[in-house]
Amino acid sequence: MKNYLRLTLILICIAVTVPCMLCGCHGTLVSDSDADISSDIATNDMGVENALNEFVMPENFDTEKKHTITFWAKNDTNVNQTEIYKQAIREFESLYPNVKVVLQLYNDYGKIYNDVITNIPTNTTPNVCITYPDHIATYLTGKNTVVSLESLLENSKYGLGGSEVKFDSPSKNEVVPEFLEECIVNGKYHALPYMRSTEACYINKDFVEKLGYTIPDVLTWDFIWEVSEAAMAKDENGNFAVNGQKIMIPFIYKSTDNMMIQMTKQLESGYSTDDGKVLLFNDKTKELLYTIYEHAKTRSFSTFKISSYPGNSFNAGQCIFAIDSTAGATWIGSNAPLIDISKENLVSFETVVKPIPQFDVENPKMISQGPSMCIFNKEDPQEVLASWLFMQYLLSDHIQISYSQTEGYVPVTSRAQNSDVYKEYLSRKGEDNNLYYDVKISAAELLINNTENTFITPVYNGSASLRNAAGQLIEEVAKSARRNEKIDDAYINELYKTIKSRYKLETIEGGLPAISIWFLAIIAIVWVILIGYFVISMIRKRKNTVE
Amino acid sequence: MKKLLVLIMALVMALGCLAACGGSNDSATNDEATKDEAIAGPDTEKSEGVMTYAEYAAAALDSKVVIEAYVQGKQSWWDNKGTFYTQDADGAYFLYEMPCTEEEYNQLTVGTKIKVTGYKTEWSGEVEIIDSTFEILEGNWVAEATDVTALLGKDELINKQNMLVSFDDMTVVSIAYKNEEVGNDIYVTVSKDGANYDFCVEAYLTSAETEVYKAVEALKAGDIVDIEGFLYWYNGVNTHITAVTAN
Repeated sequence: MKNYLRLTLILICIAVTVPCMLCGCHGTLVSDSDADISSDIATNDMGVENALNEFVMPENFDTEKKHTITFWAKNDTNVNQTEIYKQAIREFESLYPNVKVVLQLYNDYGKIYNDVITNIPTNTTPNVCITYPDHIATYLTGKNTVVSLESLLENSKYGLGGSEVKFDSPSKNEVVPEFLEECIVNGKYHALPYMRSTEACYINKDFVEKLGYTIPDVLTWDFIWEVSEAAMAKDENGNFAVNGQKIMIPFIYKSTDNMMIQMTKQLESGYSTDDGKVLLFNDKTKELLYTIYEHAKTRSFSTFKISSYPGNSFNAGQCIFAIDSTAGATWIGSNAPLIDISKENLVSFETVVKPIPQFDVENPKMISQGPSMCIFNKEDPQEVLASWLFMQYLLSDHIQISYSQTEGYVPVTSRAQNSDVYKEYLSRKGEDNNLYYDVKISAAELLINNTENTFITPVYNGSASLRNAAGQLIEEVAKSARRNEKIDDAYINELYKTIKSRYKLETIEGGLPAISIWFLAIIAIVWVILIGYFVISMIRKRKNTVE
Repeated sequence: MKKLLVLIMALVMALGCLAACGGSNDSATNDEATKDEAIAGPDTEKSEGVMTYAEYAAAALDSKVVIEAYVQGKQSWWDNKGTFYTQDADGAYFLYEMPCTEEEYNQLTVGTKIKVTGYKTEWSGEVEIIDSTFEILEGNWVAEATDVTALLGKDELINKQNMLVSFDDMTVVSIAYKNEEVGNDIYVTVSKDGANYDFCVEAYLTSAETEVYKAVEALKAGDIVDIEGFLYWYNGVNTHITAVTAN
């Protein structure tokens, strides 16, 4: 009987411990889909037959050996960008006839990310890929998936500006340091910047002045909220006085993720630590949400998810402040070369391009964004080297300049930025409404003049989830305002709880998930019972021996 | 005592395993629910608390709505959200990113009757239901396309928004792939009585492997075609084509 009881207690401990260990392992800072993704990649990590050896830099590039490398790229619904990629490939193939580059184009980064994830377990990733550092952090959960560029960047033969490179490649020092730093993931360079952008506030100057205001040098949030509320006044016919139309949404923000991220950065109120501890769900964020709610309720503020593209409303004279990427500048303004609404709905006005609004005008802060490039590891180091050379080719001055001209992008090398060709391009702002479209060039200048004021959010596996959560807080509050739902501290606390749960953020913020804590408590109790049982047994045994 | 311990152990094991697996997505199955054959027509009576189409149409944007309708088209499933075209006897409803597992998405075959509770909203002119929940009801109906050719260019056309509709004898003006890439959406400009209309083969709804995608790819300017599709709106009518027949 005693032996049986002992065995049973041990089994209880095992029974409790195993699932609890599973629980403890389960909580990670990833979304539902990311959770599946991490699991898929982990399979690669553990599957010895699929795991690749770490890339070792070859002594020389074998120009006789044939390679076909794949390049997964993204364009912004802009055929000029596609043509630049194709031209770059043609030029590269003529320099390196043993390398064939196959281009695969995507419309958004999310699709590239998903396809890469799907292909990691089978080692069928692309060779070169346009991507974001957040995504690379997830790719790196697989073993030797993304090639660290440490040995490549400064290699004297094939590194940036290397002696054996067959084209005029920029040196490492000629890549804008702020942009290159953004490519450090897990402590090492895992990417090169390709293009950079930030967000701009596109302003209908005519409407601002009609409302009796003057656009300040540095926009503030208070200014935007105030003008936006003023723009809600209606005339005797029920039309908005400022535009004479039935529709007016004075302030539309395209990316609410960025909105919350930049607000918290400007206030230094907490977003996340570098190692992924979530700080976002705090009282200052709560205050921001109350303010946003107020203006969403009066309908002076809305978002892309609720009211569609800011540029469309802006161009129709139904929006005064449209905040969108500088990389979308060709779609914004009365004379924009790309238009997504019918011509009869276009309204003529002057567009002013400013950095996003600030809380501290003396210390402006704005996000740095834009595509980077990484290369994936392959069995053949020569193939990896071919990929590296192609990726490096995309930093050539003429590609950097021509691609940046397709949108309000900025070249990522100081060499391209300081070149006569690029300077001339900037100087011809407004000469036409195409290549020299003034809004587009103003958007690019905005970033050039504020590079030192840019920042990025910490990058770690799952950082993309926190980014989504940050935006969703704004979206939920804005929707509640429109639905006449009241908000108070209880509402915000419940919202925090829901969003943390939806994006699986509890683990990082507060340690283990509640379920894991619960089971760990059970383990403790069972072990106490077990130890108690043995102590009692020992006492009884000794007692019996004495007797 | 023995039984009690074994019972405790089993319960703990079961609870633990459930908790450990709790966060994972429901596994997708390919099992299609067996559906009754489509009946002759849709129910015209609504359950208690369910809006008629007229009530739905009159409801303010951002208000809560409860509707019953039959699935007519499935546009996509991603991240536990599905997008559907649904319709009842009087009108149509676009369900944007309705939360559902992949298994539920597969169960919602064309014809399935569902009750949906959500919020009415509008995005670039497209009226849709978001933040919704659903339940599957008894009943099955597949709509026939309503000919709205005569409504082109008229204000009344918007009253048919999201319905399965048809247009006769349209002239193809141009065909273009989004971003000039095969496999992407196809932008189809057609004309009728001197006015042009922008339609679309939405790749999420009808992918490059579908008959309609291939048929549209083969069209050229000047072709006269009959078109069927869902009357989607994007800053104006932007029918999502589901069938095309050259005349």
